[in-house]
Amino acid sequence: MTTPASSDPLEDASLAASLFASAPSLFGGVVLRGASPARDALVAELQRVFAQFEKPLRRLPGHVDDDRLLGGIDIATSLATRRTVRSTGVIEECEGGALIVPMAERVEPGTAGRLAQALDEGGSAPALILLDDAHEADDAPPQSLLERCAFHCELGASRLWQVATLRSFGNLDEVAALDDAALEALAATAQALGVASVRPLIFAGSAARAHAALEGRSTVIDTDLAAAVRLVLAPRATRMPPMEEPPEEEQSEPPPPPESETTPDDPGEQQSPGDAPLEEMLVEAAKAAIPADLLAALAQGAAPRRVTGGGTGKRRKSGLRGKPLGARQGMPTGGKRLALIDTLRAAVPWQAVRRKEANAGDDTPILMRKEDLRVRRFEDKAARVTIFAVDASGSAAAARLAEAKGAVELMLAQAYVTRSEVALVAFRGDCAELLLPPTRSLTRARRALSELPGGGGTPLAMGLDAVRECADAVQSKGRTPSLVVLTDGRANIGRDGQPGRKQAGEDAMASAAAIARAGYDGIVIDISARAGPEGRNLAEAMGARFLALPRGDARAIAGAVETLQPGREAA
Amino acid sequence: MARFPFSAIVGQDEMKQALLIAAVDPSLGGVMVFGDRGTGKSTAARALARLLPPITAIENCPYGCSKEDQARYSDVCGTGPLRKRPVPFVDMPLGATEDRVIGSLDLERALRSGEKAFEPGLLAKAHRGFLYIDEINLLEDHLVDLLLDVAASGENVVEREGLSVRHPARFVLIGSGNPEEGELRPQLLDRFGLSVEVRTPAEIETRIAIMRAVAQQERDPDGFEAEWAGEDDKILKQIARGKAKLPKLTPGDDLLEDAAKLCLAVGADGLRGELTLMRAARALAALKGAKSVRREHLIAIAPSALRHRLRRDVLDETGSAARITRAIEEQFG
Repeated sequence: MTTPASSDPLEDASLAASLFASAPSLFGGVVLRGASPARDALVAELQRVFAQFEKPLRRLPGHVDDDRLLGGIDIATSLATRRTVRSTGVIEECEGGALIVPMAERVEPGTAGRLAQALDEGGSAPALILLDDAHEADDAPPQSLLERCAFHCELGASRLWQVATLRSFGNLDEVAALDDAALEALAATAQALGVASVRPLIFAGSAARAHAALEGRSTVIDTDLAAAVRLVLAPRATRMPPMEEPPEEEQSEPPPPPESETTPDDPGEQQSPGDAPLEEMLVEAAKAAIPADLLAALAQGAAPRRVTGGGTGKRRKSGLRGKPLGARQGMPTGGKRLALIDTLRAAVPWQAVRRKEANAGDDTPILMRKEDLRVRRFEDKAARVTIFAVDASGSAAAARLAEAKGAVELMLAQAYVTRSEVALVAFRGDCAELLLPPTRSLTRARRALSELPGGGGTPLAMGLDAVRECADAVQSKGRTPSLVVLTDGRANIGRDGQPGRKQAGEDAMASAAAIARAGYDGIVIDISARAGPEGRNLAEAMGARFLALPRGDARAIAGAVETLQPGREAA
Repeated sequence: MARFPFSAIVGQDEMKQALLIAAVDPSLGGVMVFGDRGTGKSTAARALARLLPPITAIENCPYGCSKEDQARYSDVCGTGPLRKRPVPFVDMPLGATEDRVIGSLDLERALRSGEKAFEPGLLAKAHRGFLYIDEINLLEDHLVDLLLDVAASGENVVEREGLSVRHPARFVLIGSGNPEEGELRPQLLDRFGLSVEVRTPAEIETRIAIMRAVAQQERDPDGFEAEWAGEDDKILKQIARGKAKLPKLTPGDDLLEDAAKLCLAVGADGLRGELTLMRAARALAALKGAKSVRREHLIAIAPSALRHRLRRDVLDETGSAARITRAIEEQFG
């Protein structure tokens, strides 16, 4: 057995779990990030403690439907017994306990909303244990749930696989409420860390008292506040605390210049000098507890992780697979499944009338008609396909082709993480070709790229036509295309393959307009050494966004495309 | 159709070794096989299932529960005496619907008698056995989601269609796929204990040997099976011995240190890599009937245990296997 490091993330996580398990509904929930043996052990320990306290603890599968979540009329039993039988949902069944939500980053917004609503109603609603397996920044559990869980623990880097027995505290009422100095210190710390929401602040207060109770104290002391800050506030930090001297063992880079918004805050906080040492101590505690990756991101001034549409395309309805949606009228043919409950629900109100019509007695089974039949529908997310068009002509290639290749590779890596597909069109000389049909394969894409030669004229119109055809094909398969065109915009080969700058330019504009008419999302990246007006004109004609990168490198392009990601839906 | 005997499979030693190790220690987390079509992936996986000693399960239990399972899942498990049954091997097709995989409401019974009954799905069938998914990299996302959850927790929780069922589903996941056709979600990849790369054999003699064996098997399946029965029986005994030996082996501290060093050197993230490496080395030692777990076992299994855990660098062309071999050479000479 290796000796544990002095500050393994599991230690704080166990502390958070101890507080949480003693009063689940008070803290709303705990987020355990990163699949690791440590997390498995902690979840097992939580299960043991909940069983010991006789509090219900259930796993909530991702494919749960509303009936089972919220409860409803149990149609089958109701019909059999001829009286209304209500079935309970998971939320009700787990009152006073907690729900384990595995793969919380994949929870449907609808399910998340219902869980959040249940938490907001308070009382004995089940608390949540979110297991967050997200691998990349864009993927995260729904904000509505993260916000309502007091503790966020990062366990991916833990080096332990055994967890100490969780402790528990008795009655929280025995701990005195926080005094003004403590409240002020917490509030100031939250502000310094850029935690805007009030909910974490309330959680922090409760956590401090719970920590005191755990230690058998009746008043809250500095240690309790520090623990609360570490467990509740630090993981939510959105900016570096505006203090000097970062600890040496962490990043050696100097703290970033304080953001303009933080500076005005400071004088306000320092009006009560008596609190300064306490607040300083708390901020210091927070800083030590901010996960290293978040710290690095904050140091670069980057926003913390956010939830976006990620790699998935538009949603489409499907009769066969995907997440369950409501049912609709229809015949269960062609592989569609009968939605039994909904079918019965549709038939029930007509039973009295139909019996009379059919002169049937009360003991006849339920009378069904064709129009009662309901089939189940599923929501299938259409995959997003990013189509890259790379200008490999002499004018563009000379300086920039290698960079463009590098950028495409980086975006490919991103695409593989977000599970979207990639296609590659190259145009040079007198032709444009689809080098890589839509694929998820990094290996193939990399090979196609490395084999891409450069030189020759710029048949921009041909390139754009090829891109549009590819996009049409993608859309006809029900997937969502988005276009990334890397070019200098200086067309000199027309659609018919004849050289001539004027004709070529007109053809390119016509092709761009066709793309605009089709309504595809896109971005034009001007890769010429000195950006002229051509790129911008092209983007306008295409109805696409424009980005000039006169001195970009691969990472700059990839970064820019990521932020301007086409196809990212507002919905 | 008669299945091809495991021992008659020509070449592909790394894959065969990984499959045997997964059989000795099912808790390792299964095997992912990367490679082209026609390299014997499916043949080997299917042949393995037949090689395993039968399990004892409650008669009439739709999930094939053991006695211990029955205690935990008394509400869903059947009752009856214990009976031997073969190790289940479930082939999950790519286009499987969610209903089919997790199980669903038994429509017929519900319509006929208003009875709410659960019709177990593929996950139930695979309990205590193997779940084989060919082209797992092309599996749909929502199926991957539920597989991940079940593989991690060892039970299948169904909350839909008015059903609330929880049943055990612990299986050895065997996936295969060609990375050229699509990448696997990192979360799913991480769930696999071992991964191997298979290639079509390039040597003419090996190819001829394969063709000869297949032709012989097609001509006379029963005779072919009988011919290899002795060899297969040896492997069966080897697995049984390995299973018995496994709990008695404890890796020493020096080996733990070796594992940690190696993982650090190749940059394998997380503790899971180290633990899997250790357990795989132990399973290999058990399979080989060794008295203790030694460094040679660790080195032999390191590529399989770590290959899929290396941090991905798009711009680095060096294959994962090469990186591991290099690290082993640097660490242990």
